[in-house]
Amino acid sequence: MRILLVEDDAEVARFVRRGLQEAGHTVEHAANGRDGLFLAASEQFDMLVLDRMLPGGVDGVRLVETLRAQGNRTPVLFLSALSAVDERVKGLKAGGDDYLVKPFAFAELVARVEALARRPTVDAPATRLKIADLEMDLLSRTVTRGGKRIEIQPREFRLLEHLMRHAGQVVTRTMLLEKVWDYHFDPQTNVIDVHVSRLRQKVDRGFDKPLIHTVRNAGYMIRAEP
Amino acid sequence: MTPQSTPRDELPNPWDPMLRFLRSAGFRFALLFAVVFSAAAAGFAFVLWFATAGSLDRQTDAALRTDALGLMERWREGGPGAVADAIAERLAADVENHAIYMLLDPQGRRVAGNLDRWPASVGQGPDGPWSFAFVAREGTSVEARIYAINLDDYRLIAGRDIEEKQRLRDTLAEGIAWSAIAASLFAFLGAAVLRRALANRLRPATRTAEAIAAGDLSRRVPSSGRADEFDRLGESMNTMLDRIDRLMEGVRGVSDSIAHDLRTPIARARAKLEEALADTSEPGALRAAIEQAIADLDHITRVFGALLRIAEAEAGARRAAFATLDLAAVLADVAEFYGAVAESRGQALETDLPERLDLVGDRELLAQAVGNLIDNALKFTPPGGRVLLSARILAREGVEVSVADSGPGLPLEDRARAGERFFRADASRGTPGSGLGLSLVRAVAHLHGGDLLLDDAEPGREPPGLRASLRLGTA
Repeated sequence: MRILLVEDDAEVARFVRRGLQEAGHTVEHAANGRDGLFLAASEQFDMLVLDRMLPGGVDGVRLVETLRAQGNRTPVLFLSALSAVDERVKGLKAGGDDYLVKPFAFAELVARVEALARRPTVDAPATRLKIADLEMDLLSRTVTRGGKRIEIQPREFRLLEHLMRHAGQVVTRTMLLEKVWDYHFDPQTNVIDVHVSRLRQKVDRGFDKPLIHTVRNAGYMIRAEP
Repeated sequence: MTPQSTPRDELPNPWDPMLRFLRSAGFRFALLFAVVFSAAAAGFAFVLWFATAGSLDRQTDAALRTDALGLMERWREGGPGAVADAIAERLAADVENHAIYMLLDPQGRRVAGNLDRWPASVGQGPDGPWSFAFVAREGTSVEARIYAINLDDYRLIAGRDIEEKQRLRDTLAEGIAWSAIAASLFAFLGAAVLRRALANRLRPATRTAEAIAAGDLSRRVPSSGRADEFDRLGESMNTMLDRIDRLMEGVRGVSDSIAHDLRTPIARARAKLEEALADTSEPGALRAAIEQAIADLDHITRVFGALLRIAEAEAGARRAAFATLDLAAVLADVAEFYGAVAESRGQALETDLPERLDLVGDRELLAQAVGNLIDNALKFTPPGGRVLLSARILAREGVEVSVADSGPGLPLEDRARAGERFFRADASRGTPGSGLGLSLVRAVAHLHGGDLLLDDAEPGREPPGLRASLRLGTA
């Protein structure tokens, strides 16, 4: 993927750039909003990673608003030190697709970048999701594994759906908290782990090949191969 | 050496106090009062004048007109002779000697009347037949109101001596002039009193504002107890000051907390890193130290996030994000979210929620606050215990959400302190937590116009358990 990183802090920029390059992406870097807007508007990128507060008169929100006004739909991930919920809403309203508060674990950033990249740009509504022998019918809201029906609660269904839509990708705990429960706070306890392990009980128990995997220091992933 | 000079605009202007006085609202109100008062006095004087002096004039004119009409009648009936007779008759009947008549024949000779000469200015004025003139009567000159008409070639004057009335007018005018002076005095006196009263009533507010500007935030505007506009102004100021005070307290609280409880983990992380640096012989230890340092930093970030959240709620900035929501659904979601945790620990999280509970509030903060309460309850409830989340509409306006557990409860002396930032009861030292959970709950309660109450879940039972009740207003 070709990623444009607009970040004024040299150290954070270097760290993010190196990490994304190691993950196999090409990264262009702009140190201020003006240059970032110029690059984003004149070249083709698969993703923008933007700091919200930028020098040069054009901050992250303005940059995205300008791009969106020009019809540019490149996915945007905001990085920001502003954690207030209002700020997040402001960023997403301007046209951002995701919002990550600094400081962040690098695994979190990569997971979010990849989740955004994989997001279907056109909403072609899939009606079935399938990983190995695990099948999910989005219309009848049923889950089967190896042809056997798995009884699943609505929230577990959404959790599994989110994992399956991002099959093969790391999904972090915070991402699950935000996307499945729409909570943006720190639940204090390992609530997400408990929910995933409960889901695992239903999906993987009694089958020799587990599908839901724990990725150390990052989160979870559903994938066919062990 | 350059001579020491004062910038021009710092020179005291001798007119400054005067200008300040003229610009003051008190002065303007007073001036307005004086103008209105003077206008009222002037109107009064005008009416008085019109009703007395004016009325006298009108009476004279009416009498003259009747007189002249009577004489014209005589003219039509009997010519100059009849008129002359009538004049003589009337003069004879005029005991007060106010009447003035004169009839001139076409040659300008006096036919009848008591005037020596035909007055010079009569009959040429802008008022037609009416005029005021000095006339010569029996050798003396008197001021008179004159009505002059022509009867064919003859000219007739009917008039009245108005010297006496003039004297009356003068007396009246003098009286009015004096009362005008008195009225002006009263106007200015009243204005001064008004200005003073205004300044006096505003002084407490001004004094308070000055004291606060000087740094004494505890000052409030005293109320006069009259419940008037000034008291309302004072009350608004006090409400504003209370709000500012709370914000300041929030800021102070956050900075105290940062000083107190963020430095400690930072110091710990720093010490570990330094230790690892000094002892680099074993790569495994170095790696473990770095990992531990990152974990410490993550903990600091979480504490920081929690503090910011509390500050956010306390500042009331999130009130903008308030929306109507169904609290029952929000609570059911939270219960479902934490229910899995309870289950994994062998505890039971039960709910007793109404069908629907509409409330204006912030979903995110409410969910987090109730989540914190449930999380606390689960932490202090032994395995096999139960936690009950319930909600009900209070008799008076408002909603109560309570979380009751079957844990050890909270000693009375700790209840007041629970909710202070970083306070942790002795019993909780061993459990994970930052000591910020209840602070947030309390801040969220305040944001929603309510409070957090702590009491025994089941008084008398051993252990009593703790019930945390989140009272929410209908803010």
